[in-house]
Amino acid sequence: MSDLVTVTIDGVEVTVPQGTLVVDAAKMIDNDIPVFCYHPKLKPVGMCRMCLVEIGVPMRDRATGEVLRNEDGSVRLNFGRGLQTACTVVVSDGMVVRTATQPVKDAREAVIEFLLTSHPLDCPICDKGGECPLQNLTMRYGRGESRFDFSNKILLDKHVPLGELIYLDRQRCIQCARCIRFQDEVVDDPVIDFHNRGRRLEIVTLSEPGFDSYWSGNTTDICPVGALTTADFRFGARPWELTSVASVCTHCPVGCNTTLDTRREAIAGGRSVIKRVMPRQNEWVNEIWICDKGRFVHHYADAPTRLKQPLVRKNGQLVEASWDEALDLVAGKLQQHKTAVAGLAGDRLSNEDLYLFQKLFREGLGSNNIDLANRRLAGGDVVAQVGLASGSNLKELGAGDAVLVVATDLHEEAPVWWLRVKQAAERGAVVVVANLRPTRLDKFATHRLHYAPGEALSTIRQLVNLAKVEMETADSDPLAAAADALIKAKNMVVFYGSEGLTYEETDALARLLANLLLVKNGEGHVGRPNNGLIPVWPHSNTQGAWDMGVHPAFAPGYKPVSEPGLRATDIYAGVADGSLKALFVIGADPVGDGLMADRGQLDFLVVQELFMTKTAELADVVLPAQSWAEREGTFTTGERRVQRYYMAIPPIGDSRPDWQILAQINERVGLGKPAFAASLVFNEIAKVVPQYKGMDYRSLARVEKQWPDVGGEDLYYGGTAHENRSGLGQQWACVAESATVERFDVAEQPVIARDGLQLVRVAALYTSGTLIEQSPVLHHRMARPTIQLAHADATALGLADDDRAEVTVNSVTYETAVRVNEQVPAGLVLLSGVPYIAGLTTAQIRKLETAVAQPTGD
Amino acid sequence: MAHILLRHRDIENIHELDVYLAHGGYEGLKKALSIQPDEVIEVVKKSGLRGRGGAGFPTGIKWGFIPKGPGEKYVIINTDESETGTFKDRELVEKNPHQVIEGALIAAYAIGARTIYNYFRGEYMDAAYRFEEALKACYERGLLGQNILGSDFSCDFYCHYGAGAYICGEETALINSLMGNLGQPWSKPPFPAIEGLYGKPTVVNNTETLANVPPILVNGPEWYTSMGTEKSPGVKIVCMSGHVERPGNYEVEMGVTYRQLIEMAGGMRNGRKFKALLPSGGSGPVITEEALDAPMTYEGLTPYGSVMGSSSVIVMDETTDMVWAALKMVHFFRHESCGKCTPCREGTFWMEKVLSRIYHGYGTERDLQILESVANQIGGRCLCALGDFAVNPVLSTIRHFFDEYKAKVSGAGQKQQATRETAVATAD
Repeated sequence: MSDLVTVTIDGVEVTVPQGTLVVDAAKMIDNDIPVFCYHPKLKPVGMCRMCLVEIGVPMRDRATGEVLRNEDGSVRLNFGRGLQTACTVVVSDGMVVRTATQPVKDAREAVIEFLLTSHPLDCPICDKGGECPLQNLTMRYGRGESRFDFSNKILLDKHVPLGELIYLDRQRCIQCARCIRFQDEVVDDPVIDFHNRGRRLEIVTLSEPGFDSYWSGNTTDICPVGALTTADFRFGARPWELTSVASVCTHCPVGCNTTLDTRREAIAGGRSVIKRVMPRQNEWVNEIWICDKGRFVHHYADAPTRLKQPLVRKNGQLVEASWDEALDLVAGKLQQHKTAVAGLAGDRLSNEDLYLFQKLFREGLGSNNIDLANRRLAGGDVVAQVGLASGSNLKELGAGDAVLVVATDLHEEAPVWWLRVKQAAERGAVVVVANLRPTRLDKFATHRLHYAPGEALSTIRQLVNLAKVEMETADSDPLAAAADALIKAKNMVVFYGSEGLTYEETDALARLLANLLLVKNGEGHVGRPNNGLIPVWPHSNTQGAWDMGVHPAFAPGYKPVSEPGLRATDIYAGVADGSLKALFVIGADPVGDGLMADRGQLDFLVVQELFMTKTAELADVVLPAQSWAEREGTFTTGERRVQRYYMAIPPIGDSRPDWQILAQINERVGLGKPAFAASLVFNEIAKVVPQYKGMDYRSLARVEKQWPDVGGEDLYYGGTAHENRSGLGQQWACVAESATVERFDVAEQPVIARDGLQLVRVAALYTSGTLIEQSPVLHHRMARPTIQLAHADATALGLADDDRAEVTVNSVTYETAVRVNEQVPAGLVLLSGVPYIAGLTTAQIRKLETAVAQPTGD
Repeated sequence: MAHILLRHRDIENIHELDVYLAHGGYEGLKKALSIQPDEVIEVVKKSGLRGRGGAGFPTGIKWGFIPKGPGEKYVIINTDESETGTFKDRELVEKNPHQVIEGALIAAYAIGARTIYNYFRGEYMDAAYRFEEALKACYERGLLGQNILGSDFSCDFYCHYGAGAYICGEETALINSLMGNLGQPWSKPPFPAIEGLYGKPTVVNNTETLANVPPILVNGPEWYTSMGTEKSPGVKIVCMSGHVERPGNYEVEMGVTYRQLIEMAGGMRNGRKFKALLPSGGSGPVITEEALDAPMTYEGLTPYGSVMGSSSVIVMDETTDMVWAALKMVHFFRHESCGKCTPCREGTFWMEKVLSRIYHGYGTERDLQILESVANQIGGRCLCALGDFAVNPVLSTIRHFFDEYKAKVSGAGQKQQATRETAVATAD
């Protein structure tokens, strides 16, 4: 039997893959069968009854199996006893579907009428009004007037907080369970459910704090009525007043496609502000989901504390200055100290910014002293060779494929990747996790390798050595079993991070993992779609920083430089000892992050920033930059997809986009006329960086029809996600796609004797930082400094659950909460809610006797 | 005739294992264990035994749907007896528990299950104590647990007590409830025989159905088919209630007429005149005098637009207000609607509102039209059968007793004060 079946829907034949639901088959030929509970990203349940249609299947002779025919030769059809739900019935060959008959029309009218008997009909004040499936389908299929006695309506609570982020309007809810099913099936956070029965059925939260999930905002998107709303958007605007601008999330290397919905606000003095962030469909990246961090952290763009004017230090004070004055000063000082200058960049900047920044140093000042302010994860050069091949889509991984995840907690560091790996596992892919400790991905893993502190590299080295094509199967050794499963997989994707590892160790790790991918089993696992290495970079554009040559040893396009400059750690030393005279910090806060004590013996410090950070407070010149929402640019994701984002709101104050500021400095140091558009900077990148050859702002904006069709103009998925009209991005090809890559040499890392309790800093999605601090809506969810350790270790330190402790790491002291957690391996302390700490350190923990600092009183 | 199911009425203390064993107890199981599982299914198929919960699906065929081969499978006994006017399973589990256990063990052996669950109606606590004692005795004697009766067959038995929901008698809702989920049915497929409890093949049988199995194994299928009718063979417990002299359970051969059943129950109470009866608790359409001579079989009431169902016969005499009766039933179904699918959740609520208005004398002609229209909007459009059940009392009383409705809306009837129960009905 073929994989395709042909069905006839309202007289139109359509051929679809086996297993397709009738409702989807109809959608493919633009026959919109109305639905409420059905959603193409969820399993069908058939409970709203809106999609009832007539479905006939050919009758067959029981004995011979032959199709029976009427006298006129047409196929005899069995339409069953009544209407059937199009969302639960799978197509079969010869099926005939009728969606426009009187019984179908009656059924639709009936369901709409029933739903409206309990609905408050408060469309004029409803957030969903204007993009509401219930409203749309009522207009299309409703009877126009209600026969229900209005005095019989039940009044229910309209402002039920399911947590402080999501509110429920019980009256508007039509009990379709899309939200409940999303939380359970898609993201495995079954923290909301139905309570009670019949007309009293209501959604309740089962968690403390309420609706405890990183994904809660998505339920407001897929809610087909205005029952679920987010705390920061509810009653904020009507959908038709919003201007939607395509954007890309800036909070992790996944690069979720988003839409910024903006509106002019009286309270913002008539300025246009971001009202909400919604997912924009990109089936290659985030499908139609985003995490709550991406949804709620945008408030920093409108924060009143944003820098609005260039500042220049005069008589010890930072005072407002004109752009020309500030830029002249910066250009002059940098040139004056040409021989002792350095630049540090943050990895949230766009490719255009980063490119011009390195151009300033390399071409304008002749220095290679340029690095990321906080380099955590190595291997960009390795990724350029054997990274995830272009044309990959994690959605295609399934049975027969394998995913290896090393030294990272994807759920906290890159939630959408966690989701996609989890879904790959559910489709049958083998997932191997290797880490110091269990993470949320362990539940979906087939092999869990928990190595002892300090044994990460030796474990992975062993794994690579065991991964031989001719190996014996069914080995009882878990490492060998994992290696076997990986190497025999049709496709293999490897994620790696830096949890518990130093920068040097991550470099060795990347090379080891590249060698694993290079083991030939037939083709090897590089250079083919859905194979290769994905680094879990700390920020949204670390990949771009590598590509653009913000690296002391690599020029743009990974060209090694003849005389590598100073690395960030050396730069901090140079600042302290006076060997460096001028420092340019852009989009980073090394002082605030504890990387740089003070301005040391610098003669000149310039900081380009959104906010008055700790570093900026010490600067001679502070240049106010624009946030991502005020400007355009490109980011490159960890999957090396170059994606374009657009200007959504007008600039704050006199701030300028980073690339423009840099271009204007570059002009002043003699690099010619500045580019007047980000797209022109990108054109230069495409010329200089071979990997970006052939890309431009037009090619990045290219779109194609995506399936499922949820962002379109139909009447019932309308609010789910925004249709992608602004670009799917382009993945750049790694070396292995066109050439043979040799195995990497891996330097032996010194084995450090590990005595006593080892402390590792672990990621938490809502860890405090410059940007997240500006979004009050998330303050309750912020990860406070916390240590987690096993019971025995806690007892030895005299600690119990809910105690407070003082933890000292690298001479920085944190006051933390204590959580006793049996999941934590003995001998290990997990420290979360604090800035990044590389590698493992010996834990110095002291119990604090006074639980919490008591208010002293008046 | 000696009872086949209600054997406790003939044999004292048959709930005790020794007594049950002394009267041929567990002989059916022994017989089953002596033949292949497939042969057991064949015997049950040949007996023509059909589901006694009401749907009447052939039991042997249901067992035959279970995939062969290794893997976890389950047998679930449905003792969530919640249909209005139904109390037959209660008597079985309370007075003759071993026959149910034995039947379930035979089912488990036939399909290759190692675990049996009995889903009890939560209110049946007394019966449950008796039943649990019987289970304990079985474990002590090697009739449950490892290597039952020295064979290779091992099986465990657990009881679960429902939390008071009618819908949990529907097999998929029952399975959801048993798994700790909300008691709501799911849209079939998947059928429990393929994906049931914990996603494994599962047979859900009514308590009475399983009580029929041991005697079939002992006496053979021909013995069973010699009773009842061709399409509805065997015996059935009938729950007689309402306006009869002696309400209660009666074990009868299939095919007796409803008139005979009323006579068996001592005739109409106080010699009043018969008006109508509900043949299947609240869920079947009412029948009137014309159908009294129909045989009580799965097909017998088809010409009269009704069903035998679980044969819970609620008899109503001439004093009954049929609008009141319909309201009572609709109130029940509104209260028990799980809320999962729209027509049932919203429609039962709406029907009750309109019916209540009509009953209390505030209805209009238009309300009658709305009532009938709403009922028709529910019927045939729901996920499970509850929606269809809910409209049966309304549509059938409108069909047979339209005059009474007419009288209520014409203003001829006095406007009534809401009684306690109708007030409760409309309060939430």
